[in-house]
Amino acid sequence: MPDKPRVAFYWCASCGGCEEAILDLNERILDVVGQVDIVFWPVALDFKRQDLEEMPDQSLAAAFVNGAVRSSEQEEMAHLMRRKAVLLFAFGSCAHLGGVPGLANLFTRASLLAASYPETVPSDGLPALFETVKTLNQVVPVDYYLPGCPPTPSIILPAIEALLSGKLPEKGSVVAPDRALCEECPRKETRPADLAIAEFSRPHQALVDETTCLLAQGLVCLGPATRSGCEALCVRGNMPCTGCFGPTSRVRDFGGKALSALASIAGGNEDPAIMRALEHIPDPAGTFYRYSLPSGLLQPLPYGRGSAKPRASASVHPTEASHV
Amino acid sequence: MPEVFEPKIVAFFCNWCTYLAADLAGTSRLKYAPNARVIRVMCSGRVDPQFVLDAFAKGADGVLIGGCHPGDCHYQEGNYKALRRFHLMKRLLTEMGIEEDRFRLEWISASEGEMVKAVMNDMVEKVRALGPLHASLPKHAPVEEEVMV
Amino acid sequence: MNSVRIGVYVCHCGTNIAGTVDVGAVVEHAAAMPGVVLARDYKYMCSDPGQELIRKDIRDHGLERVIVAACSPCLHEKTFRNAVAAAGLNPYYFQMVNVREHDSWVHADKPAATEKALDLVRAAVRRVRLHKPLERRQVAIHPDVMVVGGGIAGIHAALTLANAGKHVYLVEREPTIGGHMAKFDKTFPTLDCAACILTPKMTAVKTHPNISLWTLSEVSRVEGYVGNYKVTVTRKPRYVLEDLCVGCLECIEACVYKQAKVSDEFNLGLSKRKPIYIPFPQAVPQVVVIDPDTCIEFKSGKCKKTCVEVCADRNAIDFHQPEQVLTVDVGTIILATGFESFDARRLPYYGYGLYPNVYTALEVERLVNASGPTGGELVLRDGRKPAVVGIVHCIGSRDTHTNRYCSRVCCMYSLKLAHLIRERTGAEVYNFYIDIRAPGKAFEEFYNRVAEEGVNFIRGKVADVYPEPNGSGRLILQAEDTLLGMIRKIPVDMAVLATGLEPHADAQQVRRLFNIGCSTEGFFLERHPKLAPVSTFTDGVFLAGCCQGPKDIPDTVAQAGAAAAEALALVDAGVVELEPNTAHVLEEECSGCKTCVPLCPYQAISFAEAKQKAEINEVLCKGCGTCVAACPSGSIRQNLFEDEEIFEEISGVLAYA
Repeated sequence: MPDKPRVAFYWCASCGGCEEAILDLNERILDVVGQVDIVFWPVALDFKRQDLEEMPDQSLAAAFVNGAVRSSEQEEMAHLMRRKAVLLFAFGSCAHLGGVPGLANLFTRASLLAASYPETVPSDGLPALFETVKTLNQVVPVDYYLPGCPPTPSIILPAIEALLSGKLPEKGSVVAPDRALCEECPRKETRPADLAIAEFSRPHQALVDETTCLLAQGLVCLGPATRSGCEALCVRGNMPCTGCFGPTSRVRDFGGKALSALASIAGGNEDPAIMRALEHIPDPAGTFYRYSLPSGLLQPLPYGRGSAKPRASASVHPTEASHV
Repeated sequence: MPEVFEPKIVAFFCNWCTYLAADLAGTSRLKYAPNARVIRVMCSGRVDPQFVLDAFAKGADGVLIGGCHPGDCHYQEGNYKALRRFHLMKRLLTEMGIEEDRFRLEWISASEGEMVKAVMNDMVEKVRALGPLHASLPKHAPVEEEVMV
Repeated sequence: MNSVRIGVYVCHCGTNIAGTVDVGAVVEHAAAMPGVVLARDYKYMCSDPGQELIRKDIRDHGLERVIVAACSPCLHEKTFRNAVAAAGLNPYYFQMVNVREHDSWVHADKPAATEKALDLVRAAVRRVRLHKPLERRQVAIHPDVMVVGGGIAGIHAALTLANAGKHVYLVEREPTIGGHMAKFDKTFPTLDCAACILTPKMTAVKTHPNISLWTLSEVSRVEGYVGNYKVTVTRKPRYVLEDLCVGCLECIEACVYKQAKVSDEFNLGLSKRKPIYIPFPQAVPQVVVIDPDTCIEFKSGKCKKTCVEVCADRNAIDFHQPEQVLTVDVGTIILATGFESFDARRLPYYGYGLYPNVYTALEVERLVNASGPTGGELVLRDGRKPAVVGIVHCIGSRDTHTNRYCSRVCCMYSLKLAHLIRERTGAEVYNFYIDIRAPGKAFEEFYNRVAEEGVNFIRGKVADVYPEPNGSGRLILQAEDTLLGMIRKIPVDMAVLATGLEPHADAQQVRRLFNIGCSTEGFFLERHPKLAPVSTFTDGVFLAGCCQGPKDIPDTVAQAGAAAAEALALVDAGVVELEPNTAHVLEEECSGCKTCVPLCPYQAISFAEAKQKAEINEVLCKGCGTCVAACPSGSIRQNLFEDEEIFEEISGVLAYA
C-alpha cells in the first residue's frame, strides 16, 4: 500500500483562525486525516522544527502555510516549508494577501512597538521583527492560494480533494471561483440596476435590513469586488462583505478596484455632494485594504517621503501570476 | 553641486479636452517643463485607481489626471466619476503617506493650451519641492538591536 | 510576447521634431527595445514616400506592429492606420506617439525632450504588443437632416440640402424664420435691401416640398450617434392653426386692444404690438401668433374674442392648441443658431439705457428701415431729427473687460449706417474707431466711398458719453483722437453704439444638448480652426453662421453651404464606420453585481435578467471606458484601451523594468 501523502501546516503572523478553520471541517476532518499523513502542525502536534529540517527536500506532498511574514523566524520557516514541500499553499488571507496584520504597513515598526510594548524589556534571542509585513509569495514562490479569513470548508475541502486526486488548477491559481461574490449572494436580486449612494454609512449607523442588498442600504459592502466561494457567510450574518477573499484574477489591486466601484456610484457631481456621500469612509486604507495591503500595487510610506518600497523581489506576485 | 531633482509625472489626459489642449499648447509653441509623460485615454472616467497606484509604485513622483470641465465631458458624465474616485483616492493616498500635491485632477478644456502649460509648470515645481517619492528604502533585513523599542 | 515583430518610425517633420529631439538617438534606442525588428527615421512620415516606407516594410519584413513617433494622433492617426491597412495589416496594430505637439514644440531642453521621446516610444512599444486586430463596424446613415436655427445660415443650409433631394427639418425657436438679417435695412457693401434678398429664400423654404418648417420650436433632447440621431423637438403652440391661417391679418385689426400696448420684440422695443401679432409683414410662415402672456383670453378667460369672430370662415384660431413633442430620426444635424448682440448696458459709461438718445446699431437699423417703427425716418425718441450723429465702434469688442475678440462686422455696418444716415438726413456723422476693418470684397472701396461722402472719422475709442453741460440736450462723445493727439469732445444729437456679437445666453445649454464644445468665448467649437471650420468633434453635428463665431452674411452663407456639403457627404456615403474602441462585458466572468449598469449616459449597458449578467450594446457604446474602470471584478474590457495595455504604457513611460 503506497504511503499516504505527507502534509505540513505552519502559522506565521496570524491569529490562529486558519488553524481553527481546519478544525471547522468538523467530522470531515477525519476523512482528511485518514487520507494524509500530517507530519508537522505546531498548534496540534508535537513535531519540532528540527524534525522538519531533517526531512528530505520535496518529501512533503503539500505544505499549508497561513499567516503573513513579519519576523525572521517566519521567513525562515517559509523557506523551510518551500524546500520540503512539492506544493506550497498559501492558506488564508494573511498568507495570500497580507491579511489584517498587513495594515501594520501603515505605521513604522518603531511606532507599533512603542504603542504595544512601551515599557516591556525584550528577552534575549527573540526573532527579529521586520520593518514591513509581507505576503507569503513575497518571500517564497507559492503554488496555490486558498483565500479567506479564514478559508471556509467550502474552499478547503475541494482543494484538498483536488490535491489528493491530482486535479489542481493551473499553478499560481487562487483555488476559488473567479467571479465576484454578488453572483452567489442571496440578496443579489434586491440590488437595483440604477443604484447611486447618497451617503455611505457604517453598520453601527443603520438598522440593517436582513433581506435587502447591503450596498443598496448604503453600507460599504465589498462583495462586488471580492471573489466568491464563501457562500456569502458574512452577508447571511447581516454584515457587509469586507473583502477577505481578495480580488478576481483580472484585478491587480483589490483596494483600488473596490474603491473605484464604490466611488463611481457615490452620489453627486459636485464636491459637496460627493464629500457627503464619502463622509463615512474616513479610512479608505482600512476599508478597502483590510486584508490586502501588502499585496497592493503601492506600498504605504509610513516613514514619510523617500521610503516607498518597490514590489517585493522574491517571486511571483499573486496577481501577476494570472497575468503572465 | 547636487543634481537638481527632476520629478517624473505621469499624466492621464482625456482625448477630447485635455489632450487637445496639450496639442494646442504645442501648436502655440508654448514652452513648459518636460517632466510629464502623457498617457492618452478617451475619457478621464477611464482612469482606474489601479493606474494611479501603479504609476506611483513604478517610480512616478506625481500623477496628474486631466479631464473636461464639469458639464463638458464629451461623454456627458465620465468626468464626474473621475471626480468621485479622485476624492476617495486622495484620502487613501494621504493615509499611505503620499503628499497631496503629488496627485492632481485638473479640468482643462480643448481651447485652454495656456492652462496645460500653467498646470505642468506648477505641478513640477510643487513636486520638486516635495522631493522624490522613492528615495532611500528602509532596510528590510532583521534589525536585532532595535527589535523591541 | 517579445516575438511580435514591431517596426518603429520616427519622423523628423522637417525640423519641427528633429530640431529639438535627437531623432537618431531615438531610432537607435528603439531598435534595441524588445520586439523591435526595425527602426527608421524619415523627414516626413505622413507624405506618400513616408507611408510607402511603412507599407514596404510590412511586406518585406513581416512587420506585425507599427509605431510612428511624429505629430499628434489627432492629426495623422487615421493616415497611418490607412497606410498600415493598405499593406494588409490590421490598422489597429498601429500606435502613434506624439513627439511634436507634446514634446519638440513645447520643450526647449533638447536632452530632456529626447529622453521624453524615448520614454513615450518605449511605452508605445510595450503597449502595441498587446493590441488586438479590431474591426470597425458599419452602420447605415439616415438620410434626413435637421437644421437648428432659421436665420440666413439655417435657411441656406436647408435649401441646399433640400435641393439635393434630402428631407430637412428646419427648427426655429421664434415664430418666424429670418433671424437677424430680417431686421437689417440694407446690407454692406452693395446696399442691397436685406429683406429683398432674404424674403425670396424664406419663401423658398416655405414652399419647398423637402423642408418641414417648424417654428416656435426647440430641440429638447438628442440621443443616438452619427447617422442615427433621435431628436426630440418641443413645438410651442401658436394658438393659430398654420394650415388654416391665410395671413390676412384681420384678427390683429379686430383685437379688443384698440391700441398696441406690448413691447414689439422685432423692433427691439421701439414700437408696440398687440397680443395677437405677426412679427413682421414678410414673416414666414405667414401666420399670426398669439402671445399667451399678454392676451386677455389667456389671462382672464373672459375676452370677447373678436379675433375669432373675424376669422369665422376659416376658424384658424385655437386657444386650446396643445404643445407638441415630436421625435424624429435624422442622420446629421446642422447648428445655425446665430448670435446675440452685446448688451450695451454692461458698459454704463456709454449711457445706453440712461440717456434716451443713445441707441444700438440694431435699433438704428430698425429706425432707418421703411417697415420699422418710424417708417424709415431717423427720428429720436423725443421726436426730433438729429443733426449730428456719432457712431461709436467696438462696443463690447476688442476689450479686455468684455470680449477680447473683434466682432468682425461692426466696422462695415457702422460705415453702412454712416452712409445711410448721411444719405437720408444729411446729418453730420462722426465715426469713432480704433481701426477700420474692411477686408471683404468691395469693402475697402465702400469705406473710401463713405469717407468721400463727408463722414468724419476720428481714430479714438470713445471713453465717455455724457450730456452737454449747457443743457442743450445733446450728448458729448469724448475720445482721444490718436491721429491728432488731442482729446475731442463732439456734441451729438444721437449716439449709435456699434455693439459686437456674442453667443446666445443659452449657448452652453444648447451645445450640451448636442454634445459639442464651446471655445473660451462661448461660440460653438469647430473641429479645427483652419481645416475643419464647419464640423465639430461630434461626428454628424455641423456648424454654420455666427454660432461658430462672428461673421458677415457672405461668410455665413458660404459656411452654411459648406456645412450642407459635409452633411451631404456623410449622407450620400450611406454608411458610417464606428470606431471599435468600445467596451464589452466578459460574460463568463461577470458576477451580475450591476455596478456598471447606471454608469452609462448612453444607456448602452443593460442587465440581462435571464442570464443575470450585464450586457453592453456595442453600437450605443461610445467608448469612454467609465464602466471599465468601475467594474469591481475587472470583467469589462475596452478595445484599444485595455487595462493591460495601459499598465504597459505606465511601465514604459517610467522605464520600469
